[in-house]
Amino acid sequence: MTSLLERAAAPGLDDADLSLMLTIRAFEHKLLDLFGEGRLNGTTHTCLGQEYVPVALEPLLGPADHVFSNHRGHGHYLARFRDPHGLLAEIMGREGAVCRGVGGSQHIRRDRYLSTGVQGESLPVAAGVALHLSRAEPGALACVYIGDGTFGEGAVYEALNLIALWRLPVLVVVEHNGIAQSTPTAAHLAGTIAGRAAAFGIGHERVEGFDLPAIRRRLGPLVARVREGAPLVVEFATHRLGPHSKGDDTRSAESVREARDADWLAHCRAARPEHVGRLEREARERVDAVAAEVAARPPSTWVRA
Amino acid sequence: MRVAEDLNAALHAVMDRQQDLYLLGEDVLDPYGGAFKITKGLSTAYPGRVLTTPISEGAITGVAAGLAPAGDRAIVEIMFGDFAALAFDQLLNFAAKSVSMYGEPVPMRMVVRCPMGGGRGYGPTHSQSLQKHFVGIPGLALYEVSPFHDNLAVFEEMLARAEPCVLFEDKVLYTRQMHQVDSPFSVEVSGGVARVFLDDAPDCVIVAPGGVAHRVVAAMRSLLLEEEIGCTLLVPSRLYPFDVEVPAARHVFVVEESTAGGTWGAEVAHHVHRRHWDRLAGPVTLIHSADSVIPTASHLEREVLVDEADIHRVIRKVVRG
Repeated sequence: MTSLLERAAAPGLDDADLSLMLTIRAFEHKLLDLFGEGRLNGTTHTCLGQEYVPVALEPLLGPADHVFSNHRGHGHYLARFRDPHGLLAEIMGREGAVCRGVGGSQHIRRDRYLSTGVQGESLPVAAGVALHLSRAEPGALACVYIGDGTFGEGAVYEALNLIALWRLPVLVVVEHNGIAQSTPTAAHLAGTIAGRAAAFGIGHERVEGFDLPAIRRRLGPLVARVREGAPLVVEFATHRLGPHSKGDDTRSAESVREARDADWLAHCRAARPEHVGRLEREARERVDAVAAEVAARPPSTWVRA
Repeated sequence: MRVAEDLNAALHAVMDRQQDLYLLGEDVLDPYGGAFKITKGLSTAYPGRVLTTPISEGAITGVAAGLAPAGDRAIVEIMFGDFAALAFDQLLNFAAKSVSMYGEPVPMRMVVRCPMGGGRGYGPTHSQSLQKHFVGIPGLALYEVSPFHDNLAVFEEMLARAEPCVLFEDKVLYTRQMHQVDSPFSVEVSGGVARVFLDDAPDCVIVAPGGVAHRVVAAMRSLLLEEEIGCTLLVPSRLYPFDVEVPAARHVFVVEESTAGGTWGAEVAHHVHRRHWDRLAGPVTLIHSADSVIPTASHLEREVLVDEADIHRVIRKVVRG
């Protein structure tokens, strides 16, 4: 019932949350535009449609907590640091890049935030960090973002086993967007994510919809328990609006339409068109200004050790 | 003191001196103390920092790679080094990369211990020497236990490097004595390289990791007595990055237990060729095991693995023609 209520109560968003989500959305669209113009190197994976997940979790995390992100991590970074300049500079290889342009979109480290580009690799590392925290800074946790596709990796199960066995403060956030690159969940995942968490005796919560206050109220006490050594898997049922990376979307028009119909922004626009429209414009203008400023910077410099 | 005892004593000392150091591995708790007993007594002396783990080489290497940037240090025991293949992603794509891929140096104080090598009849998946598969990874340093290097000093050096290290331990060394070289050979250690030498200038120089050092010294003895060929042996503690000054000699050999193809010795030979090409009578000669899996039956295993007779034969042929 909770999930139905959350789904119905779509626009339970205050302006600060909404603006942050819209900034992430505008940032991702800007990246795709820059790619289209041939101004970005390599590849990128946008989180279009999933922006609300890290925004929902951000107030539940503290500065002592570690966050582990993945290949689709721009939203995670922006929700934590609100630093589109540093992130875009990293992706564009410009001065002021968070990691001097070495890591790029998928490999970012700042303070207690770290992303890596190999599926499942970060879970054992997060277990190590959580082991450290449990001894040195009790009460702090390691939050790891993974996707449904990540469950194909054996490292996930080795790590879940250790996390449960050693009662480590690890919060696993699964952004279940129903598709791993081009492969739908039905073709890559036997059973359920809930079942896999249950196999290790790890708690599991499935979150539908994007009523952020309701999600926070529900997850707050559970995240507090993670800090005491009761690890948790939170599965967000979400949607990837865009392609896996740039132009590689082979989904049917119908499934793309379903994702768009479920988009949080579509619901918000429908509920408060003028207000949301104004915030969208402001977010786009902010990101346009960031892009113009960052693109004009000199190339980043890196001195190899 | 035997090599296994020296390793065990070194681990006790380093755990005692470095209170932020963890040791993780399968079956490392007392009374078992690890499959080769190298960790014996540690869990009793340092409970809470010596953690026995599930059979999950990838995850425990990942845990070490998470402890390290959080400010701790970690030593991982891989029960048989062959299983380091299961930890390769964590070593290659995370631990070693983290040293530099985030733009600023990230300290990664961790050591992965890998018991390697054959000669004990453990068969194809428990007898390999995998050093060559880890050569040339930026941010990953390779070391090998030798009978001549003080293991405590080696551990302290590795943990001070602030980049992940793999320590290879040839299993046949565990029961051998430390520091033992008989007359007329002498041994001295300087700058991380042990030198086993005669008083007179050598006819040839041999470079070898610690695991085969005693086989090389046995061949050096028979070459001296039977052929009057004098050899100097260099045993570097750190295999990679390789930074050893090989003294001028007309003949240089590299001996290792690895099977043929893409060997550490080929890397060393390249290094020597670039520096000393004009002083060599011919290319560096690589002496290693055959291009084969390591069989289990002892007569078959002996055919594949490099031994002192192979070393003697090859060196005699190259030097005497």
